[in-house]
Amino acid sequence: MPRFTAENTILAKEIIARYPHPKSALIPLLHLAQEQDGHLAEDAMVHIAELIDHTPAEVIGTASFYEMFKREPVGDYLINVCTNIACMLMGGEELLHHLEDRLDIRPGSTTADGMFTLEDVECIAACTEAPCLTVNYRYFHKISTDEADQLLEDLRAGRRAHEIPKHGTLARVRQSIPADRRAGAAVPGECGQPVWMTPKDESEDAPA
Amino acid sequence: MSDQATDRTVPQMITGRFQYDDAHTIERYQATDGYAALRTALQMHPEDVHAEIKEASLLGRGGAGFPAGVKWGFCPPGVWPRYFVVNGDESEPGTYKDRLLMERDPHQLIEGVLIGAYATGCAQAFLYVRGEMALAQERIAAALNEAYAAGLVGKDILGSSFSCDIVLHWGAGAYIVGEETALIESLEGNRGMPRLKPPYFPAAKGLYMQPTIVNNVETMANVPWIIRNGAEAYTAYGAESSRGTRMFAVSGHVKKPGVHEVEFGTTTFRDLIYGHCGGIRGNHTLKAFIPGGASAPWFYEEHLDLPLEAGAVGAAGSMLGSGAIVVMDDTTDAVKAAWRVVRFFARESCGKCTPCREGTSWLEKVLRRMLDGQGRPEDIALLLDLCDNISPSIAWPPKQTTICPLGPSAVSPIASAIMRFKPEFQAYCGGGDVPTSVTINGKAYLPPEGAPAGV
Repeated sequence: MPRFTAENTILAKEIIARYPHPKSALIPLLHLAQEQDGHLAEDAMVHIAELIDHTPAEVIGTASFYEMFKREPVGDYLINVCTNIACMLMGGEELLHHLEDRLDIRPGSTTADGMFTLEDVECIAACTEAPCLTVNYRYFHKISTDEADQLLEDLRAGRRAHEIPKHGTLARVRQSIPADRRAGAAVPGECGQPVWMTPKDESEDAPA
Repeated sequence: MSDQATDRTVPQMITGRFQYDDAHTIERYQATDGYAALRTALQMHPEDVHAEIKEASLLGRGGAGFPAGVKWGFCPPGVWPRYFVVNGDESEPGTYKDRLLMERDPHQLIEGVLIGAYATGCAQAFLYVRGEMALAQERIAAALNEAYAAGLVGKDILGSSFSCDIVLHWGAGAYIVGEETALIESLEGNRGMPRLKPPYFPAAKGLYMQPTIVNNVETMANVPWIIRNGAEAYTAYGAESSRGTRMFAVSGHVKKPGVHEVEFGTTTFRDLIYGHCGGIRGNHTLKAFIPGGASAPWFYEEHLDLPLEAGAVGAAGSMLGSGAIVVMDDTTDAVKAAWRVVRFFARESCGKCTPCREGTSWLEKVLRRMLDGQGRPEDIALLLDLCDNISPSIAWPPKQTTICPLGPSAVSPIASAIMRFKPEFQAYCGGGDVPTSVTINGKAYLPPEGAPAGV
């Protein structure tokens, strides 16, 4: 049950420094832990609690609210099928049932080989492209049952690995704020009126 | 195509760059007027920038339609620091616009945020992007990295005294976080539960109880155009109450589902559904449509000529909401559609307030029971009774029994579907003339047939 690696600990500290209060970094750090281990390992949450100076209970309290955080291992590929209204009208339920049959699992469970987890999810903002699904949060629009079969085959054969990272990795590009360009976190109690907010009459009197 | 004979072209103010595959890069952005508005704004006094946005009557595009310029003025004077937060947690069923704006033109959003932060004196900005939108996060991260390197974000922006970090933050799957106080809770690292009001506006007390401006992605995407072209040019488009353009996603049973940026307040539902989207699929006819996201009472044939304008849609008993139009043709099972909408609210209720937590899941269970062939004669009255408990009198706009509008939002669409398609609901309850009224405060209550959502 791993804690953050040395490299991720440095990254975690960088992320914390962006916020006026360390606890604001909690969700990004939980994502980082999930990226490292594929799910939220108990020790990683304890490590996060230490880094943001809160209790493990508070970390778990926040983590358990959000659907994307998995406290048990999930498959390499998390398939989320939208069945909300726009997708339902266009065959989202049929697509879900088709995948249930093909994978021989019910939504919320993982195939025996640990490759796929299937979920029945709410609107994923692709309504004009219904029915749609995501695999590890990569979108597949207007997908037929035949195309879904092909997708499963491709995933099994590793043919989509270049576009779909393993579960836990969200953005493959990270924000990085260069030290010489950083304005710094605006910490309450430490910040006064910003310099560019000089009242209008004063600034008009000032020489241009 | 359009009912109005107009010979002028309405500009694509916020989707204009979508024609380029590389619109998300700083090269393309700067080659197409990108960051010109920021340069202009930095030559102006922050108060004048604010005045320009106010003058443009830019309405919030997240759902409530509150004027952004007015909201910016709610920050109490002399309280620092202030924060700027962008709500990119797009999750309202049927809504598909902010994801496009973030994936396709992230610099436009960044520029809008910088101008907003400059005008309001915010020393730090946060872009809260929905957790599931991995590509949007990648595109925004890359755009921010480019913008920092170009001196457009961070310290002494473009050599001026304006300094502001923009931090990309993202959620982890919770619809309720779209409610602005829940979003702030989430940004503080907590469970995303809405805060008790008052204070009503985060502009007074928001992130860390400091003044915080929270605006939707589409709202902020409009800001660079307004500063580049001026408020006067902006108000030349749209209706008096709804200026500029707006993005609408039309999904469901139309020939060509799509997202369209159209003139705000003058375009009608018919223009969009039958014009831009080619009408109802196959040889089918329109049964109902959702005019503004899952929370909106349904509309029908007789509402097609209403303009996409908040006042007109509100007066007709629904809401324009988040620009989400979901079209249902005559093959649609109204009970099933109502169930699916309610299931959404039941799943997304944060659990803080009893009427919402219990009420939405009861509604879902009763409707599910009906669909499973176990409907009881008393079920329609039971549904209406539950609706009344969540939102007294099933009024429009809903009366609130809860801290946020999520629970009451589930009620109106259901009530509107029951009233319009009563025989379909009755058929699931054993057929025949089952009761469809409910006793409220000792009075038999039946929402009038004409009104989409009750009284």
